[in-house]
Amino acid sequence: MENDIILSIHQLDKSFGGLHAVDRVSFDVPRGSIKAVIGPNGAGKTTLFNMIAGTFAPDGGRVILERENLTGLKPYQVAERGVFRTFQNLKLNSHMSILDNVLLGRHTAGTAGFLSGMLALKKSRREESEARKKVTEILEWLNIAEIKNQEVGNLSFGKQRSVELARLLAADPAVLLLDEPAAGLNMHETDELAELIVKIRDQGRTILLVEHDMSLVMDISDEIVVLNFGVKIAEGSPSSVQSNSEVIKIYLGGDDD
Amino acid sequence: MKLKRYYPIILLAGVLVLIQLITLVTGTAYYLTQLTMAAYYVIVAVGLSMVMGYAGQISLGQAGFFAIGGYTAAVLTTIDLTDKIDRPLFSFLDKTGLLIHKVTLYGDTIVHLSPWISFIAALVLAGVIAYAIGVPVLRLKGHYLGMATMGFGIIIYRIVLGTHIFGEADGISNVPLFPIFPGITIGGDFSIRVVNYYTAWFFVILAMVLLLNLINSRTGRALRSLHGGEDAADAMGVNTARYKVKAFVIAAVFAAAAGVFMTHYNGGIGPSESSVAKSVRYVAIVAVGGMANLWGVLIMGLVLNFLSLRGFFGVYDDAVFGIILVVIMMFFPDGLFQPASLDRVKRLFHGK
Repeated sequence: MENDIILSIHQLDKSFGGLHAVDRVSFDVPRGSIKAVIGPNGAGKTTLFNMIAGTFAPDGGRVILERENLTGLKPYQVAERGVFRTFQNLKLNSHMSILDNVLLGRHTAGTAGFLSGMLALKKSRREESEARKKVTEILEWLNIAEIKNQEVGNLSFGKQRSVELARLLAADPAVLLLDEPAAGLNMHETDELAELIVKIRDQGRTILLVEHDMSLVMDISDEIVVLNFGVKIAEGSPSSVQSNSEVIKIYLGGDDD
Repeated sequence: MKLKRYYPIILLAGVLVLIQLITLVTGTAYYLTQLTMAAYYVIVAVGLSMVMGYAGQISLGQAGFFAIGGYTAAVLTTIDLTDKIDRPLFSFLDKTGLLIHKVTLYGDTIVHLSPWISFIAALVLAGVIAYAIGVPVLRLKGHYLGMATMGFGIIIYRIVLGTHIFGEADGISNVPLFPIFPGITIGGDFSIRVVNYYTAWFFVILAMVLLLNLINSRTGRALRSLHGGEDAADAMGVNTARYKVKAFVIAAVFAAAAGVFMTHYNGGIGPSESSVAKSVRYVAIVAVGGMANLWGVLIMGLVLNFLSLRGFFGVYDDAVFGIILVVIMMFFPDGLFQPASLDRVKRLFHGK
């Protein structure tokens, strides 16, 4: 299935006042691949991401998930269609336990409503026990099952990243959008993360990530898109992008972290 | 293992029986009156706890919903329909037994709606109003949401105070008893004091079971995730706007039900039930009870309302609740009865 495209970005465009943050960017994400979007600070990576996730609507262009148009949908609607994101600065509920945070990931898998929940109807109870079973498996897989009852606020940053990833996996996502997943991690943690992302891909899931950590991106990505000032300047395999003269110029010539 | 959350309910039932027996033995059965009224206020408070503590949305207008329930019941069960009984709707209701014929003290016969009808009408009305208010207002956050809901409360207060049909400053009296089932009647009659005490607390337990189930369900978790993590909830597929409105509507219906029961129990309702001071009181009880802690809210709601109704706080009644709120907001913004609060108290005494 070489040309099986799951997510397709068409001419996405966004301006903030006079700033053309994302300038008619297009690319495809093949099913079961890891695709990375890189670029210097202010290249428009996060803006692009937010448009895919529905955080804000693009000025122009479309986001297509398997022939379905996601453009203009709200974040929760994008999630309902199987596209789930993480956040650069982690968005976990610090009042809730690890288990509850990850169980939230099962939200779209269930349908039991308020009444069903209040009356503890069979449907609600069945969904709850299914969710707990699935979440326990994921927590075990990520080696955080023993601490599942701890409040998230007390965890190290690295562990919180794991919880956020667990929550995403609990949702059984078709596409994972990872917003700088290595930000704030030490080298050891970054290596573990890289291994994990590859494992997730090998389960047949599709990953689109925005990342600053070059070595991580080069190690794990199947394809890379390079943005600069909102414009796509290169796209291809890690080796082809690395040898692209324009990419070399912005990364060596510019003052980037 | 799943039933563990119901254990405290069994304990509560035991305590309630114990209290009743103590009042029986010590000849203080008159306490049951305030304990019954406290129960109805507790229903408002636990409903508000779900909105404030769990979903993280403030409502400073909860007394408005209590009043919507109470006044709807009062109006519908006191309006004399004798002249209108020939109209098709009312004659139909009459035939189905939903109109009550009653002889007054002066020997006149009056006809009024069954309390069951007015009860259902009150819940529907409160739900509809909560929905209509909630959709626009719950887009606001923090102080703005607080102010908007308080504005709603003030509007309700001024409406009942200024409208003839609501009895203006006098409120509505002569509200009939509410026979729920044969043998169980809500009303202030001396002879049914014990029944009323148990009935009121049965409704508290029912409310607790519904809310405890809710917060431990898929929808409840989604609600809890709104508290401080709306973006994450949104990203995980929670329709945050809809969830907030639904929680708001449920709390409003709980408050309205309490209002209906209280009005039948007291035989009337006055405008003070819809005052801002009352709304602040509910918020204070939720705060002191631990915000997202239904049991804490129940206990504090019982204790504080009982003391207040016994006149323990004297002329400073409302001031006490105001002070509680100020202290909680200053020192325990997440509510008392939380593990973190204990740490804070310890730190206060050990310096740093």
